[in-house]
This record gives sequence, C-alpha cells and structure tokens, in this order.
Amino acid sequence: MSKPQKTTDTTDPSTESQDLSETKSETTTEEQTTGANSVVAALEKADVEITFGVQGGAIMPVYDAMVDSDIHHVSMAHEQGASHAADAYGIVSGNPGVTITTSGPGATNLVTGIADANLDSDPIVSLTGQVPQDMVGNDAFQETNTMGITAPITKANIFSTNPDTVGDDIGTAIALAAEGRQGPTLVDLPKNVTTGETDVEPSIPTTPESYQVPAPEADSKAVRAAAEALAGADRPLILSGGGVIKSEASEELREFAIEYGIPVVTTMPGLGSFPEDTALAMEMGGMHGTGYANMSLSHCDVLLGVGTRFDDRLTGGIETFAPEAEVIHVDIDPAEISKNIHADYPLIGDAGAVLKQLHDAMPKSPDAEAWRKRTQEWKAEYPMGYETPQDEAIKPQFVVEAMDEAAADDAIVTTGVGQHQMWAAQYWTYTEPRTWVSSNGLGTMGYGAPAAVGAKLAAADTQVVAFEGDGSFLMTSQAIAPAVREELDITIAILNNSYVGMIRQWQDAFYDQRRYESKWDWGPDFASLAEAYGAQGLQAMAYDEVPEVIEEAFAYDGPSVIDFHIDQVADVYPMVPSGGNNAEFALEEDHL
Amino acid sequence: MTGERMEGKAPVDREIPSGRRNSQGIRIDPETEAELQERRAVISALVDHEPGVLANVSGLFARRQLNIESLTVGPTIDESKARMTIVVEEDEPGIEQAKRQLRKEVHAWSVREVKGAIERELSLIKVSGDDPAGVTAVAEMYGGQAVQANDEIITVELTGTEADIDAAIRAFEQFGVHEVARTGTAALASGTQSTT
Ligand SMILES: Cc1ncc(C[n+]2csc(CCOP(=O)(O)OP(=O)(O)O)c2C)c(N)n1
Repeated sequence: MSKPQKTTDTTDPSTESQDLSETKSETTTEEQTTGANSVVAALEKADVEITFGVQGGAIMPVYDAMVDSDIHHVSMAHEQGASHAADAYGIVSGNPGVTITTSGPGATNLVTGIADANLDSDPIVSLTGQVPQDMVGNDAFQETNTMGITAPITKANIFSTNPDTVGDDIGTAIALAAEGRQGPTLVDLPKNVTTGETDVEPSIPTTPESYQVPAPEADSKAVRAAAEALAGADRPLILSGGGVIKSEASEELREFAIEYGIPVVTTMPGLGSFPEDTALAMEMGGMHGTGYANMSLSHCDVLLGVGTRFDDRLTGGIETFAPEAEVIHVDIDPAEISKNIHADYPLIGDAGAVLKQLHDAMPKSPDAEAWRKRTQEWKAEYPMGYETPQDEAIKPQFVVEAMDEAAADDAIVTTGVGQHQMWAAQYWTYTEPRTWVSSNGLGTMGYGAPAAVGAKLAAADTQVVAFEGDGSFLMTSQAIAPAVREELDITIAILNNSYVGMIRQWQDAFYDQRRYESKWDWGPDFASLAEAYGAQGLQAMAYDEVPEVIEEAFAYDGPSVIDFHIDQVADVYPMVPSGGNNAEFALEEDHL
Repeated sequence: MTGERMEGKAPVDREIPSGRRNSQGIRIDPETEAELQERRAVISALVDHEPGVLANVSGLFARRQLNIESLTVGPTIDESKARMTIVVEEDEPGIEQAKRQLRKEVHAWSVREVKGAIERELSLIKVSGDDPAGVTAVAEMYGGQAVQANDEIITVELTGTEADIDAAIRAFEQFGVHEVARTGTAALASGTQSTT
C-alpha cells in the first residue's frame, strides 16, 4: 500500500567529490546493477559465507549474480535438505543459515525445514524466487503463495517489491533471524525485482524500527526477588534449555550452578548447555529423560528455567509438572512467560545477562546439601543401562557409546527422528554447546543426513557424526550426494532395526502389539547405497564388528555410512507416556 | 518389546509428590480452585499500513485459538500506519497471550489493551417497510436514522457501542430484520490518554 519509496540521492557529496577527479568523463556516479546483484551484495555485507539451495526459473537471476561472488553455494539434492543443512549451519555457527531456491515447489519443499527451524528457534533465512509481480495471482507457472504458506511458520517474511530496496529486505531478514529470540525468516523475490535495474547499494543489516527487542537485562527488582527465592530453596533445580546455547550462556550457567551447588536438568535442545560428565548434571528430562532428571523435576521446590518453553515432551502432563516448585522463568520472549507453566518470577531478558544478574543478586547459596545427596542417590537408583549379550544382536545404546568413545570430545552429533534420536540423546555424553544438532520440536524424520552436511560446512575442523534410523534416513538419503561432492568428512551411523521402531514401540505399548505397517524390512542395503553415491559404505552385524567399522569410518577422509544391524525390537526407556506424570516414568512396558 | 527392564523402583513404589497445577500451569489447591472467567478485551494495535499485516494478525489469532469478536483496521493520521482494533473474548491468560504474541509481529509498533475506551461501531440494518413511522421512531430512539427507504425496505444507519447496536437490532425485530452489516468496534482511549 504505502511502502516507503527509497529515492536515490544523486547529490551524495562523496560521489560529487569523485566527479572532480580527472577521469570525470567515464565515471558514472553509481553503478547500475540489478536487484539480483543487490541480493548478493546484501548477503556479502552480512558476512554470509555459505548458501544452500537448488536452482529454478524464478531464482535464476540471483544464481547468475552469484557467479562473481566469493560466497560458496552448496547445491543440495532436495530443497528440504537445503533447509535442514542451513538449519544445522545456523545451530553450529550461531549465524543464520541461508537457502536460495526457486518459486513453487522450490518454496514448498522448504516448508518442513522452515517449520522445523521455527519450533527450535533456529536462525535461517530462506530466499525464494517468485513469478514476476504482474503475474502474481494469476496461477502462473510455478506460482505459489509462499508468503501465505510461510507466514505462520516464520518469525517474519517479506515480499520484495522494488530492486532499490531488495538488498535491504535481505539485510532485514538476516538481522531478524539472528536478533532476540532467533528463528526463520523469508524473502520472496519476484523475478522482475531481481532482474530490475537499481543503483542503490544495500545498507548494513538492521531490524526494522517497529521491531522491539527486549533489553538484555531483566528488571533488577524482579531479579532480586527471584534470587531470594532461589537462595531460600531447600530443593533448587536448574532447567537449562536451548536458549542457553542460543545466547552463548553455557559458561554463565555452568558457573552459576557450580558456585551455588544447584543440580541441572537439560531439555533436549539444551543438551550440551551443561556438561553431562559433572556431578550436578541430571542430564535430559522429559519423555525419554533420565529417571534422575525426572525425579529431580518432580521433587524440586524452586525451579529456575532458562531459555526453555516448557514443551509438552518435557513437562508431561502440566498438572503434575514440578508440582511443588516455585518457577523462575528466564526468557528473551515475553510470550513464553506463563504460556505453559506459570512463572512465579518472570525474568525477561537474555539468558547470559540475566544469569549474571542473578549471580550477583544471590544473597547466599541455598542450603541444598541434603537435596544434592538425594539427586545423587537417584542417579544410583535409576542408572541408564542396558544388557549386551554378545551372542545376540547389537544393542543400539552400545553403538552410541562406542561411537562416543571413539569420537573426538567436541564432536558434533546430528540425528534423524525416532528411537535412534533418543538413544543418541541418552547415551552420548554432551559436554559442549552446539554439539547436539537435532529436530527437537518438529520431530522431522530425515533431518540427520542433510544436517550433517550443514554442520560440517559450519565447522570444517570438527568431527561430525549423524545417527539415523533406517526409516528416517530413507527420507533424505540423497544428501549423501552433496556430501560426496563437497568431500565432507562425516560419518552417518544408521541404527537399522528394519522397523520404524518408534512406531513399533508405541504399537507394542499402546495398540495391543498390532504392528501394522511398521516393519520396514524392504529398505535398501545402505552400505551399497552409500557406495553407489561414491561414499564409503560399511556394515556391522555383530558386536565384534562394531569397533572395526567405527575405526574404518573415522579413518576415511570423506563421507562414510555405517549400517548397524541392531536388535530389531529394542525399546527406548525410561519413558513418560504422553501427558503422563514425570515422576511415574516407566522402566519397562509393564509400567506404562 | 525386549522384555528387558531398566534398574530402579517401579512407579508404584516411588515417592510421588502430591501437589498439582491447573491447566494454566499454576500451582493450585484443587479444593479451592476457581474456574477462570472469560472477559471482553479491546486491544488496539498500531501497525505498518502494508499488505499482509492483516492476514498475519488474523492468522495469529486463529492459530493460537484466540476468540476474536471483531477486528477492524483503517488508516491513521500517519499515513504509513494503520490502527487495528481487536475485540477478544478470553480468560486473563488468553488476553495476555494475545497481546504478547501480537507484539512479536514485526509490523506492530505498539499494542495495548484499552480499558474504559471510547468504543463505536457502525451498522446498517435493513428493516421491513410496512411501518415507516415505527421504524423511524425506533431508529431515532437509538440515535440512528433511515438512510434509504422504499415500500418494502427501510435501511437504517446506526452508530453506537456493540451493546447499543445489539439492543437496536432486537428492537427492530418487531418489524422484521432482513439484513445487517456491522463494522466491528473501533476504539480510542478516553480523554487525554493516548491509545497506543
Ligand atoms: C516426516 C515424519 N514422518 C513421520 C513421523 C512419525 N514418526 C516418528 S518416529 C517414526 C519412526 C522412525 O523410524 P526409523 O527412522 O527407522 O527410526 P527408529 O525409530 O527405528 O530408530 C515415525 C514414522 C515423523 N516423526 N516425521
């Protein structure tokens, strides 16, 4: 309606002074270029180094403008893969991952990845081609209402209308994705805008004036009250969420917990925010969390939740979640306060900044000696364990631990979705932030392989291991192709149970063991599939083969796929059934 | 189903805390817990006057299952901005969520609930023309006027609060109401207070 029209200032003094130089006759005040060049210039200005995507008609002008750019574009075999790769890139690097794809199917194929980033607050920026503006609304070839489709799953989306402002649109989208609570943004680029001429250079990326970022520090009176409550607690507990990692507050959290002797449970996205090899670590809570994490959550009397949205997979039934606890909730997004769990002490701000404030405001350490002892007793009482009879099929938990043992300490783990994701969460020991790269909120099968590509490109010197299920891997296994082409040294471990195992587990537990359509024994030979792509394909059928194949995979300089044939009917425990009471976690099916 | 069992006490043998939260996640005493009351809230938002903003806002309310009574939008003195007036019927946490989610809309400059606001709505009401004097009398009683009439239909224009118009429509029902068009509530904060 009334988008401000940026006019070119031809009386810019700097250009005037240039005009005074001798080469006056051939100097143009500013160079005529296209909207597409402006798009690429904006990416460069935002220090974007890598983009992911697939070409197509409506986006070809932008691809064409990339020819002279130093940006490394990674062509993926599928746009969904591009979005997950960008997502993982965002998680690992902390900077927005960028995709460039075409209109229509190029945009709709991204939708799963955008929704995924939205639920996990991961910073990604999607640039989608669009039909020329004079054809919009006519159901033109490869036209889809990308703005309408992505509005509910983006933090913001922008329809570019002018070659003069398209560069700033890109900058705005990048700034918004990274600012405050991170998340996905999108810019829809009609072809006439990217081919149109402009002489305006994009400015430094900034969020729009109307966008309000909360101040990093919380209200100091509220902080004091919360600190009093925490210091006075008998059974204090910290719940560390993904926001702690996003705001680079892991160090502050660790110092805070250790100085005041407060045990820490992490959410799934929070894995790595607190080192799991320390005594205070209760590890992951929730549906497949540890028994000791769920006992701690259920019995604490003051709960400090940092950067968490109290997702239902964590809380179980709201009625029974930390039912005796006063809740201190630290979050950058005011809309998360009391959305699911009432916050007795809401502290709106950046996790790191507020933890520092709390740290300074604590009048004393809580008297929590007895409570700490109790949490350690729970650790002994509900150990994470499994049996490994050597003449039986390999246990998936064993594979995860063996991989962890063999891998570098700071190795990054990506996962698909299913049982294997839960075993990877439970049995790998996370000690560093940004090492757990998974589809936590949306639960997107097929996330692991393309995420490994994005993670490796974000951290070339860090080891990357993907855990995938045989079903999940089948959804995006074409991501091996770019991994081979880019010579990425990654290892994809398939925990192959010939079932969509998580479904099979639920059928056994909740549907009278009717295993309808959950046996997937029709999948390919994954080692051969990997070889067909030009990757290294390996297989392990028995325990004694496990160390060998891991060694071979890690030694290989390029993508390896290991097909671990595991116990077909191993289940994930502990388990809190959906909506259940965390304290009543089941240790076997009979407990459900 | 491996029949394997992890170590530890069965749920029935564990110490389970007895406290409870209600569906809002507030710790409660189940004995004395009162039901949350819904109320009508008028939310005013100053937004960029741009395509897509209305769709975003209405989509946001639909997605979060927040009940909208009415939503109006129109230009303001600053031509780059529009004012939205959204009337919701929600309990207290629902109203709070609506405001907070709305504030996250990138195109929203400010969002506020206006209590004790000046509220008006315009309506057009088509009434049977059999009793022109009666219709005119009722219209005048509610501060409205007939804007068009023929033998069959009298169209009345009426401005008032939502409740005024509800009442007027009920009063016109004695003559027979054929069609009604209402704009939904527009609101500004009272007196010298600024709305947003
Ligand atoms: C895209 C998508 N479709 C369906 C599901 C539902 N789902 C959740 S887990 C699961 C089974 C996954 O099987 P597999 O990848 O073999 O892993 P496993 O559970 O056996 O480890 C399914 C179908 C999902 N999460 N994502």
